Amino acid sequence: MKTTDLAGMTLASARDGLKAKTFTSTELTKAFLANMETARQLNAYVLETPEHALKMANASDDKLAKGQGGALEGLPLGIKDLFCTEGVRTTACSNILGNFVPTYESTVTSQLWRDGAVMLGKLNNDEFAMGSSNETSAFGTPINPWRASGDNKNLVAGGSSGGSATAVAADICLAATATDTGGSIRQPAAFTGTVGIKPTYGRVSRWGVVAFASSLDQAGPIAKTVMDSAIMLKSMSGHDPKDTTSVDLAVPDFEAAVRRGVKGLKIGIPREYRMDGTPPEIEKLWKQGADWLKAAGATIVDISLPHTKYALPAYYIVAPAEASSNLARYDGVRYGLRKPGKDIAELYENTRAAGFGPEVKRRIMIGTYVLSAGYYDAYYVKAQQVRTLIKKDFEDAYAAGVDAILTPATPSAAFGIGAMSMASPIEMYLNDIFTVTVNMAGLPGIAVPAGVDAKGLPLGLQLIGRPFDEETLFAVGQVIEDAAGHFHPKRWW
Amino acid sequence: MSVDQTTVRRIARLARIAVTDTDVSHLQGELNAILGFVEQLNEVDVKGVIPMTSVTPMAMKKRQDAVTDGGYPERILKNAPSSEDGYFVVPKVVE
Repeated sequence: MKTTDLAGMTLASARDGLKAKTFTSTELTKAFLANMETARQLNAYVLETPEHALKMANASDDKLAKGQGGALEGLPLGIKDLFCTEGVRTTACSNILGNFVPTYESTVTSQLWRDGAVMLGKLNNDEFAMGSSNETSAFGTPINPWRASGDNKNLVAGGSSGGSATAVAADICLAATATDTGGSIRQPAAFTGTVGIKPTYGRVSRWGVVAFASSLDQAGPIAKTVMDSAIMLKSMSGHDPKDTTSVDLAVPDFEAAVRRGVKGLKIGIPREYRMDGTPPEIEKLWKQGADWLKAAGATIVDISLPHTKYALPAYYIVAPAEASSNLARYDGVRYGLRKPGKDIAELYENTRAAGFGPEVKRRIMIGTYVLSAGYYDAYYVKAQQVRTLIKKDFEDAYAAGVDAILTPATPSAAFGIGAMSMASPIEMYLNDIFTVTVNMAGLPGIAVPAGVDAKGLPLGLQLIGRPFDEETLFAVGQVIEDAAGHFHPKRWW
Repeated sequence: MSVDQTTVRRIARLARIAVTDTDVSHLQGELNAILGFVEQLNEVDVKGVIPMTSVTPMAMKKRQDAVTDGGYPERILKNAPSSEDGYFVVPKVVE
């Protein structure tokens, strides 16, 4: 097979090809390494690990030849640079981590290697996953493989998992790991015509993943199809004694749920997600999605999630508060960058001033303020109370018999690099308006490509599920995928 | 609520981030934009609402209080910007 054919495959078909010995993992891995070389201008990888990849592929080929191997045996993946990888530089795309080389492996990646996956390299993201366009990365911005028709302007791939989404859409990995604190898996997936699922909080271990906001952070995959995302999530999930918030629940056979269909399911359409200023094509797509599900046998019901509009402001208290606490560890003493000072306090201050970028500093400052004496009740406690109400909105909908909720994934298609540079931080934050509620309530959410806008750019729909019911999201997502088809960018790089 | 420049400097100090005069005026504007945005939470009636402490109702697993890990100082110090004799090195703290 040709390089382009090999790299253009889905994870599921590559797995079948390896099992059938149509090609080897080494051939497959080399095809990706070749594609990565010609796609460097997309800036998806912040570190390529070709030697590591070929060694892993070789080991997989030995196993595959004997008819052995795990669920991901020989399949080349990209890893977001937020996952600690033993002996391989991990930076969270921040200068403050500098040349940090972990002496341990994150639980998620160790499970991928346990199942036989091959690591191609580390993928770009917003600094400490704080951003919605991947423009806060210390390594520069990844470029969306998609361009508006008849235009050669570079667009963002979304964020924070912009590198993961870019790499999957550009065929420079079969699938990628990502993380989602307010929409960082689902928004970039929607911007690149890929599938991204944020599982229920607690489904996937956070151990060894660089922390941003611990009560909201959850890892998940970005992949080419719903099926591929199910295969990835199965390997990433499971109880981990090293993360006390990871849930001791059996991991379902996600792959088996993909083809379950939607007959008899009740899908809720929340009226509060009709926001002023949402482009008519997104409204249209949303309606189209509901029609597809109805045609496939689901019942569509209007529902109300009354506290929706308060999710984003509450998030911008809770997430920075947790970030300010989590990022206190970057002190220039134990690892990473160090800038000297006349005493220890000045060493801390100089190190953190030089090491953190502007968005990270902004969030640490806000978090420090809302947690400071005299303001804690007015901001932090209040936000956590609002969070209880947001969660209750969803509980009420599910108690009334709704199986999943359909919403747009983003309020717009991908925008230009630098387009938001003069805007207030709030305008960038509004990107997560449809996704952030899901993190606040700890629910699973999947973004599935559903169409293109007038300029030919991909748009996604989001499905929100009951706690620990990712299976229904895969089943409903597959119906949308079947109806909408697949979306591939035209290669210009 | 909004913050003045003195407050910005105080927060920066608490957060251990050195700031210049230019930083302070930038940050003041940005922080006030964010604080203005979150102001809308005041519309919500939260009387009697229990603040969320965990999104998943679950009891935290506890293990026996015993040493289960450790004994590899060289790995702990591997990424230290400065270390000596198995210790992290920092500027003199006690006179």
